[in-house]
Amino acid sequence: MGMTIVEKIAAAHAGRESVSPGDMIMASVDIALGNDITAPIAIKEFKAIGATNVFDRDRVVLVADHFTPNKDIQSAEQSKVLRDFAREQQLTHYYDVGRCGIEHALLPEKGLVLPGDLIIGADSHTCTYGALGAFATGVGSTDLAAAMATGEVWLRIPDSIKYVYRGKLRKWVGGKDLILYTIGKIGVDGARYKAMEFAGETIERLPMAGRITMCNMAIEAGGKCGIISPDGITLDYVRRRTDRQPRLYASDGDARYERTIEYDVADIEPQVALPSLPENARGVSELGEVSIDQVVIGSCTNGQIDDLRVAADILRGRRVHRNVRLIVIPATQAVYAEALREGLLEIFINAEGAVSTPTCGPCLGGHMGVLAAGERALATTNRNFVGRMGHQTSEVYLSGPAVAAASAVAGRICSPEEI
Amino acid sequence: MKIKGRAWKFGDNINTDAIIPGRYLNTVDPDALARHCMEDVDHGFAAKVKPGDLIVGGKNFGCGSSREHAPIAIKAAGVSAVIAVSFARIFYRNSFNIGLPIFESPEASGGIAAGDEVEIDTEKGLIRNLTRREDYHITPIPPFMEELVKAGGLVEYVKKKLGTAD
Repeated sequence: MGMTIVEKIAAAHAGRESVSPGDMIMASVDIALGNDITAPIAIKEFKAIGATNVFDRDRVVLVADHFTPNKDIQSAEQSKVLRDFAREQQLTHYYDVGRCGIEHALLPEKGLVLPGDLIIGADSHTCTYGALGAFATGVGSTDLAAAMATGEVWLRIPDSIKYVYRGKLRKWVGGKDLILYTIGKIGVDGARYKAMEFAGETIERLPMAGRITMCNMAIEAGGKCGIISPDGITLDYVRRRTDRQPRLYASDGDARYERTIEYDVADIEPQVALPSLPENARGVSELGEVSIDQVVIGSCTNGQIDDLRVAADILRGRRVHRNVRLIVIPATQAVYAEALREGLLEIFINAEGAVSTPTCGPCLGGHMGVLAAGERALATTNRNFVGRMGHQTSEVYLSGPAVAAASAVAGRICSPEEI
Repeated sequence: MKIKGRAWKFGDNINTDAIIPGRYLNTVDPDALARHCMEDVDHGFAAKVKPGDLIVGGKNFGCGSSREHAPIAIKAAGVSAVIAVSFARIFYRNSFNIGLPIFESPEASGGIAAGDEVEIDTEKGLIRNLTRREDYHITPIPPFMEELVKAGGLVEYVKKKLGTAD
């Protein structure tokens, strides 16, 4: 019986010939990742375990991205815990303000992720790295502590579901729209505990930024991971960023999937997820009149240079609606610098948008754009639960960068076609 | 293990932003987190919950973020157990790792109403609704999870493995 790509990567990291869904394994990790809100607990538990040194100081990655540049004294104390630990342990990959970015945009950019890797992170969007053909999954702080101490994580092998996308994408439709559409169809628990394998001709043509967006949101369907089989696009991306050799796996022809779902993308229009679940996805033309107070373009989901280019194309020569606050957050310093070089930041500023240093900030209601009671935001982020971006009565709609930019101009949620 | 208490009822998809909103993640102090437990779904919960109370949810309990602050807040609020139709996977593993008892039981979730007195008998694998005189089955957990529970959580498990246990 053949194996899926996720089963192969898992087996390789557990020292086994093969694994099946339901098996429990102890897997060695290529990277154990934490951030400024999850690593403080992990570091506390690491010490409780009685460990003195991390298993490998090249493989524990800490990124200060959530409440940074620090939003208050408590957040500063948490960042300090990371900083002190990174220094004590002499971690090779510790990324602080001014040198960092949102972790899930940063790690691929820095060449830290390779196809065939097994990566755990104390952040639910760790599944992002599946875009590069890695088996990457989110865990909690105590799991991170155990991995820092032992280099291993306990995992149950998930069933795999194959999502096949065929056809040519319409104008303004990208990875965000595909994943919102999919979660809209299957629900926020539609892939609970499963490996979501994204395939098909549409995916084969999807640039890396779109793949990152799709795999990033696998967790929003309950997925253990999202993954796209490495191909020419993957290798091109990886080779520009590291000399390390990838391990290339692919699902066998006779691999067993729990089920296979097929989508024809020709009829998919830009999607918007209404409050308060990511599964409330609709085509943007179905929305009616929804006025907004704030637009956020950024996050680990859509903060890449490609996303900013899409937004800038729409905002060039236009102005943000007088009732709207536009906040643009390039996901990493490198994206920020590139956007600056390309003149995109000037477009955003001339449009009366606010441009921020990389941070998770408003995505989780932390800082850099928190909402007041009754306010409504449209964001290229990944969650719109009640209270996600601010007051309990505020609302968050989710979309890709094209709809976000157009809506910032219109003052209401709309397709770029309308402006 | 026997657990007994009054049930609080919640719906489907109780996510980790509802359990502990992002704005409170600038602390790791369990008592500080407990004060804001379930704040955005039931503002009065944190003040009214009594030690030993149980939370009963629907499908996909704990979905969303990986924040361990979520089960920590629930445990620190004095909740003795969470029962749900199903759990999101990161919340599931976090709960076992930190020693918050959680039980998967569609029957129990359907049968228990807010305020019911509930007892859990883990030896028998049963949830007893003392108010309605009904018993419900608990979905069995994999042997490895049993080991984690017996060890007292992941930290203790790893300590034993590494030989750093007292």
